[in-house]
Amino acid sequence: MSDSVNSNTKRKRRLISRRALPYVLSLPALLVCAGILVPFVTAIYYSLQRYRMSQPWAREMNWGENYVKFFSDSDFWNTLSVSLQYAFLTVGFELLLGLGVALLLVRRTRVNNIISILLLMPLMTAPALAALMWKLMTNPGFGILNYFLTLVGIEDFKWGASPSSALFTVVLVDIWVYTPFIMILLLAGLRSLPTQPFEAAALDGVPRWQQFYRITLPMLMPYLLTAALFRLLESIQQFDIIYAMTQGGPGDTLTVFQVEAYLNFFQSTNVGRSAALLMVLWAITFFISNIFIKNWLRLRERARGET
Amino acid sequence: MQHHQSKLETVLRALALTLVVLFFMFPIFWILLMSLQTNETILRVPPSVVFEPTLANYKGIITGRLETSAASLEINFLGNLWNSIFLSVTSVTLALVLGVPAAYAFARLKFKGSEDIAFTLLSFRFAPPLLVLLPLTLYFQQMGLADTYIGLIWVYQLICLPLILWIVRGYFEDISPDIENAYRIAGHSWFATFRKIALPLAGPGIAAAGLLAFIFAWNNFIFALVLASADKQPVTVGALAFITASGIQYGQIAAAVIMSITPTLALALYAQKYLVEGLSLGAVKG
Repeated sequence: MSDSVNSNTKRKRRLISRRALPYVLSLPALLVCAGILVPFVTAIYYSLQRYRMSQPWAREMNWGENYVKFFSDSDFWNTLSVSLQYAFLTVGFELLLGLGVALLLVRRTRVNNIISILLLMPLMTAPALAALMWKLMTNPGFGILNYFLTLVGIEDFKWGASPSSALFTVVLVDIWVYTPFIMILLLAGLRSLPTQPFEAAALDGVPRWQQFYRITLPMLMPYLLTAALFRLLESIQQFDIIYAMTQGGPGDTLTVFQVEAYLNFFQSTNVGRSAALLMVLWAITFFISNIFIKNWLRLRERARGET
Repeated sequence: MQHHQSKLETVLRALALTLVVLFFMFPIFWILLMSLQTNETILRVPPSVVFEPTLANYKGIITGRLETSAASLEINFLGNLWNSIFLSVTSVTLALVLGVPAAYAFARLKFKGSEDIAFTLLSFRFAPPLLVLLPLTLYFQQMGLADTYIGLIWVYQLICLPLILWIVRGYFEDISPDIENAYRIAGHSWFATFRKIALPLAGPGIAAAGLLAFIFAWNNFIFALVLASADKQPVTVGALAFITASGIQYGQIAAAVIMSITPTLALALYAQKYLVEGLSLGAVKG
């Protein structure tokens, strides 16, 4: 008798623990969610305030004023424009170059394998350190790249130090670091394409460049899209490379969203404007990330279906 | 995609590949050369790859004394290196301990709200880091966590945990639950099943996720820039400060950069297969 009662309560306890188990296990994930959501809500709150750390007495709610001011704020439009230029330039060039390199490496030969492993190295370099490396190479005194330029007759190229070439310089570093990422993704995509359409096309005598436009490119499109969206998402938020290279300068040439927000927060201690800027950036990334996640999950489902 | 290549095409391909390798490898090669030179040979015009290599720059960093022509300077770049190792290793370990069981729960025990949590984590993985960091600095000051290792390791979970959760979850989902069910019917507990069956099967995925998380943690810049003072900073932030401190000691800067990127590069070369899988975002199974 007592035995059955015992096993009954045991079973009951087990049932409860079974139901609680997933929540216990995912508790850390929940805590991280909270660790993100609490500061996030705080940031929204700050963005609705007039809040300068240097003038704590003047802190008050001003509701949407920080946002409304953006419309007539030329610094804000500069930030938006530089961020978009940076994002589209980097992603555009990286897609082209990444696709080109992936096409060159698609056959699994020994040399190609070694090269594709070597190309991982820039991607594994911390972006901030990559910027330092390029800074050393573009130093006006001894930079090797300046020396190369003088060989082709270009003297005194100022790289990150001049407003006219600063964007080019940081975009170049970004391309150096992140092209391999796109290359890896596209290489995997290219290698997973079915061979039949190509064989059929070859039999029909379709020229190779037409095969590329009519077969390769359309079939590769989901991979291209995923890679492009993912990079766009990161690139519009770039901070490390730009901050390490020029700290947003010269002047306000490279004050992209996160750099501008950082400088607002720590230099001019304008917390309200900084938070509002980040909220605008968040809205942009939220929009892109929704499209990206949908695309990515579809691609994953498909890759699973094939294996 | 088999096709015959003309001779011209073979040459053009080889040429293009050479250019690609040059562009992507040259910076690492050149900084490595710089790190083995004295300032005099670095500043030579025209630059040359012929010089007498010296380890003086590395020695200076390791002993913590920087000898310049004018004075000798105390530097603590080894401290930065140690911070990088300590922060990355502890953060990834913690993230694995917390994240792998959670990933298992997400994959196997579908429960109420699991998708919502997973998606919240994922979409915030893409949110601007400063959006979370700036309010956190103010909170951390109130909580006494500002400029502590614990605070930093906690914040590093924001990078490591979502990464591990999503990659490992994908791996668990790929494993058929049949084996686990059979093992459970044989009377083993849930935990034994997880430990003896699920964990070993997902091993490669966990390794890939851990590796990737380590590299992301090591390469992170913005978190420590915002939250850590000099004695807690990892190499990414330390190297930037080092430039200001050492002024024109370019050889030493180059040596510091090489020492900072070697661990991740070595890891990447050692485990490139895992890495490529992890980087493909689970979009393709290679």
